[in-house]
Amino acid sequence: MTEQIKTDFEKIVKTSAFSEKDVELKKMYLNKFLESGFPTRKLENWKFSDLSQIIKKNIGELSFYNDYSFPNKVDNSIFVEGLEHNKIVFINGKVEKVDFTYEDHDKIEINDDFKFVDRLEDNNSLFSLNNAFTNKFYKITVKKNYSLKKPLVVYHSTNNKITSRNINLKLEFQLQQNSSLRLIDLFNDEAQNNFINIFYNFDLKENAILKNYKIDKALNKNIRYSYNNIEQDNNSVSETFVLSSGSNFSKNEINCNLKGEYSSAFVNGIFTLNDGQHHELRSIINHLVENTKSYQLIKSVLGKNSKSAYQGKIFVDSKAQKTDGYQLSKAILLDETSEFNAKPELEIYADDVKCSHGSASGSLDENSIFYLMSRGLNYQESKELLINGFLLDVVEKITDTEIKNLVKNMIGLKE
Amino acid sequence: MDKREKDIEKLKDYKYGFSTDIENIRAPKGLNEDVIKFISNIKNEPQWMLDFRLKAFERFKQLKEPNWQKPKYPKIDYQDLYYYSAPKSMKDKPKSLDELDPKLLETYKKLGIPLQEQARLNGIAVDAVFDSVSVATTFKDELTKQGIIFCSMSEAIQKHPDLVKKYLGTVIPTTDHFFATLNSAVFTDGSFVYIPEGIKCPMELSTYFRINASETGQFERTLIIADKGSYVSYLEGCTAPMRDENQLHAANVELIALDDAEIKYSTVQNWYPGDENGKGGIYNFVTKRGLCKGKNSKISWTQVETGSAITWKYPSCILKGDNSIGEFYSIAITNNHQKADTGTKMIHLGKNTKSKIISKGISAGLSDMTYRGLVDINSKAKNSSNYTQCDSLLMGNKCGAHTVPYIKNKNFDSNIAHEATTSKISEEQLHYCQQRGLNPEEAVGLIVNGFCKEVLQQLPMEFAVEAQKLVGISLEGSVG
Repeated sequence: MTEQIKTDFEKIVKTSAFSEKDVELKKMYLNKFLESGFPTRKLENWKFSDLSQIIKKNIGELSFYNDYSFPNKVDNSIFVEGLEHNKIVFINGKVEKVDFTYEDHDKIEINDDFKFVDRLEDNNSLFSLNNAFTNKFYKITVKKNYSLKKPLVVYHSTNNKITSRNINLKLEFQLQQNSSLRLIDLFNDEAQNNFINIFYNFDLKENAILKNYKIDKALNKNIRYSYNNIEQDNNSVSETFVLSSGSNFSKNEINCNLKGEYSSAFVNGIFTLNDGQHHELRSIINHLVENTKSYQLIKSVLGKNSKSAYQGKIFVDSKAQKTDGYQLSKAILLDETSEFNAKPELEIYADDVKCSHGSASGSLDENSIFYLMSRGLNYQESKELLINGFLLDVVEKITDTEIKNLVKNMIGLKE
Repeated sequence: MDKREKDIEKLKDYKYGFSTDIENIRAPKGLNEDVIKFISNIKNEPQWMLDFRLKAFERFKQLKEPNWQKPKYPKIDYQDLYYYSAPKSMKDKPKSLDELDPKLLETYKKLGIPLQEQARLNGIAVDAVFDSVSVATTFKDELTKQGIIFCSMSEAIQKHPDLVKKYLGTVIPTTDHFFATLNSAVFTDGSFVYIPEGIKCPMELSTYFRINASETGQFERTLIIADKGSYVSYLEGCTAPMRDENQLHAANVELIALDDAEIKYSTVQNWYPGDENGKGGIYNFVTKRGLCKGKNSKISWTQVETGSAITWKYPSCILKGDNSIGEFYSIAITNNHQKADTGTKMIHLGKNTKSKIISKGISAGLSDMTYRGLVDINSKAKNSSNYTQCDSLLMGNKCGAHTVPYIKNKNFDSNIAHEATTSKISEEQLHYCQQRGLNPEEAVGLIVNGFCKEVLQQLPMEFAVEAQKLVGISLEGSVG
């Protein structure tokens, strides 16, 4: 891999117009990545999913060079119907379309020559990989007191013209005072067997509201890693919803720093997996000041040969008195080959807090099935109804009605 | 306050803080093959035992000290420890208690272990371990009548080599982790219990451990075997004298329950926790593991951990036999600079296996407490279930309470439920108690005892009283 990555990196440097300083920085990140390589199960965070092995098994050798000199045609059929929305379209890792038709252009700033600053002091090797290979990344700023009228949908698509086996994406968002953003991430893949590495950074100022919905629904053979870093000031609210069911492997990491008083974070997730799929969600909520809140609800329905993992950590600093932190993960195992792993973690240094976590896993309740069957449903229908109710619980947590309905339609949930 | 008063004051802090002056026989300092041969030789062990030790030592040399635990400690120089020390009077073993070194007996008296009278009154057979060698074993006759073997490990190696050979290292093999392997190589003594088929042990078996002789790591090895259809309840209680240097204690405890057998293992651990500045104290790095080998077997761990500078242990159950049951009840209290990283592992291998974990953690002062547990349900463990509850109570905002459970479910027939909460003593509860005339300390004691009740109930009578007092003593000075 090392040789391949180095030649590809040189190729990219030659064909792109990076400044010398950028190249230096990128080289530094590349070396950092090469030092540690892809994470293995020896790392605590990757205990349940050995990425290095997964990549080896599913993709084999990765390659990193993509020719971004010619434009890709945007396929309109991928757009969500029945929902007026703003768009950012990524094709094979390159932004092909940015469309904010519904918004006041003075209130939104899109910056694409944004220089990346080395901020995240992290030992995450995928972050280094991302920094070494991201081609261009955008910073979107929502100005003071502005709420986007329509949601923003970010389309992550790939097509068959892709020449590499790895895509790195990065987006920065700043939500200034009293602003709000509804953000939907939609994944559409034509190309298969790629490793897709996505980093988002959100900076929420006072009273800002962020709603982020990540929808990975369409079946594909890709390996996806997505990292959200959310910084929150006073009174800000972040809501993250993850629907994880399309990719072959997927890991979502959500790191949330509640730095301002009365800020709150919500993380909800649904996994519906089948046939060899393996998905993971890892959330780290850092309560750093007084009067912050976090709620998490994660549910999995696991079919044949599938595996899901949830690692959730609530950290409460000694300053963060009056913290509320709740966490609940549940899983239904439908087949003898399905597997559920969880590590719900609490790390608490303040005494006036209310924190709890719960985790439960098991098969569908036979008594409930019997009850439904005695009322005329057949076995399959009863099962579906129970699963439906199980998942609906999480979808109901979505605070935006429009998007809630969209999600319900997407996964075919009935009320 | 004059000096004398100060000294007395100091001693008060730790009830059992004294050490006895007895000349020790020591192995040369350091860890190497010769020291292991020395230990084996002085204990007059057969060749297979020496081989067992050397095999473990071979493996130990390749192992790295683990570093994933939450409480960090200064590096231990394993070459700077004495691996064997025995009271001198051991040379010619006494035949009865009267022959014991009077100084030894004096120590027991101070400790509150009245070897002769109280043991009989309480119906407990006491196998007191002074430093590394068992000195006296009482009630042997009564137990022998039933065919129960309860003796020191050294004696068992001499008298019951077949049993020891058959079971030693089957639950904690010589190829285990760093500290367990170290123990396998250099263990000095411990208890050995064998309950024959169909026998219900008529009394609670008990061992009091006591660490003496400075700079001596204690390496106990306990092996308890409950044959088919038998039952035994074993108590382990610990106190240690005051000492400035950190002392390592890496014991191994192996439990084996065959078909329909039940083992109940209770611990009250009150070793020297270091002074209020975090100086000194015992490192309690113990490996405890039980194997439910047979069908319908049951192993139950109960622990009250109030002492030690660092407690790092996970009493575990391997539920191999079908329908076997594993239980873990724990109270861990840390105060001042104490640190604890404790919990359990429940490994479900057999069908219809059940496990229950109740863990109560209380941290006060500048202490840090972690519950770390694993529930692993194997794909073959059909229809198994686990219930876990771990609650933490925090007193003050300078301490920490952490919960790190690992949950692995590979079987769709099985259920796992896990609950954890962290909170503080509510103002209302305190107010209510104080209103009724309790002072704040009493009020906290009462509330904490209520918080721990589920676990305290599991302790045998004799222990429950002691444990309840300990809970109160451990938290002294943490309110206000």
